[in-house]
Amino acid sequence: MNTADQYLKAIYLVQEMEDGPASTGAVADALDVSPASANEMIGKLEARGLAEHEKYKGVSLTDEGIVDAREALSNYCIIERFLANVLEVEEFRAEARSLEAVIDDTVAERLDTIIDRASECPDCFDAETDACKYLAEVESESPAD
Amino acid sequence: MSVGQRVTSDHQLARLLQIGVVLEEVVEARSTQHHQEMDGDFDDEIADLLEHAAEESAGHRERLETLIAELDAESVSYDEIETLVEAQYGRTKPEDFDGVLYDQLCNEETAYKFYDDLIEAIEESDSSFSLDRKQVLDTLRDIRAEEAEGVEEVTAIMERR
Repeated sequence: MNTADQYLKAIYLVQEMEDGPASTGAVADALDVSPASANEMIGKLEARGLAEHEKYKGVSLTDEGIVDAREALSNYCIIERFLANVLEVEEFRAEARSLEAVIDDTVAERLDTIIDRASECPDCFDAETDACKYLAEVESESPAD
Repeated sequence: MSVGQRVTSDHQLARLLQIGVVLEEVVEARSTQHHQEMDGDFDDEIADLLEHAAEESAGHRERLETLIAELDAESVSYDEIETLVEAQYGRTKPEDFDGVLYDQLCNEETAYKFYDDLIEAIEESDSSFSLDRKQVLDTLRDIRAEEAEGVEEVTAIMERR
């Protein structure tokens, strides 16, 4: 997933959690980058018509940005689900975050041929728990060691 | 979340190599499924292509498994991936011979892109790994070159038909 897609996904999720525009600081925190880096990339997304930034309010995705962000989120869900269900990785959230930059969309699509994903994906992604709600449910049902 | 493409640890490298193994296993298993689904109804050219793809994937898998073992990690069993491919095949199967060729092209292009990104991510990292970086990169570059040849082979067949 390229850097722009990672930003779109992060803005989309922060907007969901804040129920409004995403502050640059929150986007920078979500991506573990400096506010200056976040500002620079948000400017690039704005120039491409994918986001709109309003001073003192924050950044919002345009309709086109939302489409791209949801696509990126679906691919992220595939990576999480693949790690959790196929490779049985307990720390699938942390590993998905560390791998997403190296996993291209076409690779995610191939991995999608061996996982079972809900038809409502990515609407089932819970920004608070940073995982698909169905994955989080299975996790909470598993007995702790 | 980490922005930027870089491999920084043995663990991350092993995980990415496991994903490479899975991609190869998906190619093998889907080729087998195509054969069964089309009931041996292929012409020689497509049959040869699928057979060659399955053999090549098995070879790539073995080379990746050698690296994974040296990182003291475990590979992913073919049987497990074959079962998953079979379970989801109905949802994703090609409808005709052209679909089989297109699926094969996707396999080769996806694998090429994966190895290309992985090589770049290793090259951009200054981390040291417990196995020789040159050995890893040489192996991955060899495999990437074969995937590039695979893309050309499938494209040539598609253009002829």
